[in-house]
Amino acid sequence: MRQKIRVVIAKPGLDGHDRGAKVIARALRDAGMEVIYTGLRQTPEQIVGAALQEDADVIGLSILSGAHMHICPRVMELLREKGLTDVLVVVGGIIPDADVPRLNAVGVRGIFQPGTPMQEIVDFINRHARSRVGTL
Amino acid sequence: MAAPPSTAHVKRPIKQLYTPDNVASTDYARDLGDPGQFPYTRGIHATGYRGKLWTMRQFAGFGTPEETNERYRRLLDAGGTGLSVAFDLPTLMGRDPDHPLSLGEVGKCGVNVTSLADMEVLFAGIDLGAITTSMTINGPASMIFAMYLALAEQRGTDWTALSGTIQNDILKEFIAQKEFIYPPAPSMRLVTDVFAFCTEHVPRWNTISVSGYHIREAGATAAQELAFTLRDGIEYVQYGVNAGLDVDAFAPRISFFFNSHSDFFEEIAKFRAARRIWARVMCDRFKARSPKSWQLRFHAQTAGVSLTAQQPYNNVVRTALQALAAVLGGTQSLHTNALDEALALPTEEAATLALRTQQIIAHETGVTDLTDPLGGSYYLESLTRQLEDEALAYFQRIDDMGGMVAAIERGYPQREIAESAYRAQQAIEAREQIIVGVNDFVESGGEAVGTLYIDEAAGEQQLARLASLRATRNAAEVRRTLAALEEGARSGANTMPLLLDAARAYATIGEMCDSLRAVWGEYVETPMI
Repeated sequence: MRQKIRVVIAKPGLDGHDRGAKVIARALRDAGMEVIYTGLRQTPEQIVGAALQEDADVIGLSILSGAHMHICPRVMELLREKGLTDVLVVVGGIIPDADVPRLNAVGVRGIFQPGTPMQEIVDFINRHARSRVGTL
Repeated sequence: MAAPPSTAHVKRPIKQLYTPDNVASTDYARDLGDPGQFPYTRGIHATGYRGKLWTMRQFAGFGTPEETNERYRRLLDAGGTGLSVAFDLPTLMGRDPDHPLSLGEVGKCGVNVTSLADMEVLFAGIDLGAITTSMTINGPASMIFAMYLALAEQRGTDWTALSGTIQNDILKEFIAQKEFIYPPAPSMRLVTDVFAFCTEHVPRWNTISVSGYHIREAGATAAQELAFTLRDGIEYVQYGVNAGLDVDAFAPRISFFFNSHSDFFEEIAKFRAARRIWARVMCDRFKARSPKSWQLRFHAQTAGVSLTAQQPYNNVVRTALQALAAVLGGTQSLHTNALDEALALPTEEAATLALRTQQIIAHETGVTDLTDPLGGSYYLESLTRQLEDEALAYFQRIDDMGGMVAAIERGYPQREIAESAYRAQQAIEAREQIIVGVNDFVESGGEAVGTLYIDEAAGEQQLARLASLRATRNAAEVRRTLAALEEGARSGANTMPLLLDAARAYATIGEMCDSLRAVWGEYVETPMI
């Protein structure tokens, strides 16, 4: 039996616009996932710490401020340091097209720009999150 | 005590036809009044826009003070009639560019202003006595205002000649935008300190812009925006009165800021209901005697959240219709969003087109020829009454909780808004709400627009300027003024004169805010889904 997918939703950086983070957190929860919302102004260290502590399968970052090219590579680096290489990392927010391949290159697998339906994000996570069959 | 159940809804039921029966309980003299007459439903000025057009005030700021100064001069040359400063996140959060949390954020979402030295560059060549300046700053509102006052003083511009607004609305930060620094009680003290200081020294300044804009952007319905904003206004007036101020001395300098969203008639009704509610609140609840205290003045901005990344030219049309609603609702001042703002801060071309949209409404459509042209419409009057009733029901709930600060501490408005935001998104995905180009009339590929890209140069320049400032200013004077500020915060003195001394000494925003963090600590929100 597959266990519930565990997702940490985080708002890194100084920005406080949390509408998107909260909406997607509810959508993932309504889709049957276990969602942990870290709250505002989390450093990459705090986010990776939360993922480790919560045994997360997925980290979802909500970034609207333009700081994603600083934050995402740092999160990926810390995940590697902690050996959490099978955690799926996705980002939602205002991400210019030009930055999409750069984020993919550092290991961010899902990048969701403005207007993405919630269902598309749910489906992506269901398809790509690590399998937890028989891992309890 | 549990919070009452959510009353959030996405769209209210609308009848197919409205007739005199729907407005039978509305009394013209009591509920509407001519423009310029209590309760100001039809407008605060008898002459409407014939007397004076609204101020075309385009919010702008990015990168370095130099770059933003150049944009301001272009906007003024293009016929803009007021400035509106957008600050970057480090400034909004009271952090210097060299703080670890500022990494990657300097100059990205607005202009970076760290000290009086940056303020000097930001307003270079602009006569502070000849323009009005709005500054969107909340947590560190009094620090930035102190820098602005110090700049005026340095140039010999009398403070009594200054006109403009600081947003200074910390309650909506706790509710929606989340750019708070200190806990609610000391945050409210900073606000009332500004009220008291300006009443005496800067009499034409709008000391606060009580903002529904961000509440709406965070997901609130029109009724929730109306209710929470005006209830915030009540809280500020109550705190001012509790601080010993005469209501008629400070209430006339309170202004408001609303969102102008897509549901055309609902928005117009919202603006009219806001004026009526505020006039009655100030008269009945606070016993204000001056008509200036009764009159709700507001700035409006079209809805950023309604802009789509898909088919971005559609945003020009959305913005024009939203701007028209604000004008028909009698706004005193207006910002129109640019077509590319779902993607980035606007390019100069996009920002100019947004301003041209206002100019076309003002000069070509004829809607400015008379005041409240839709007044008396069965539908609009019925809707105005409905929104008023919904807002008053929220007032009652919040009063029962002990006021807005108490309601915020229990997460009540935050939860109401999150609920509405989720329902709005569900309505879009179920295609109950059509968004052209997003969930219907979709095109593959799409049009590309050139967008403004902010690189790291602004951050590097601001870091270098800060290092040079720290090396050249009078360090002893900085230490003295910051120590006095901290002492004043402990003793209960008005913080404004102390912040002015620190600003004059070129203390940075991070240093001033840290002095107060040492006394008051920082507010940490409990995460809720």
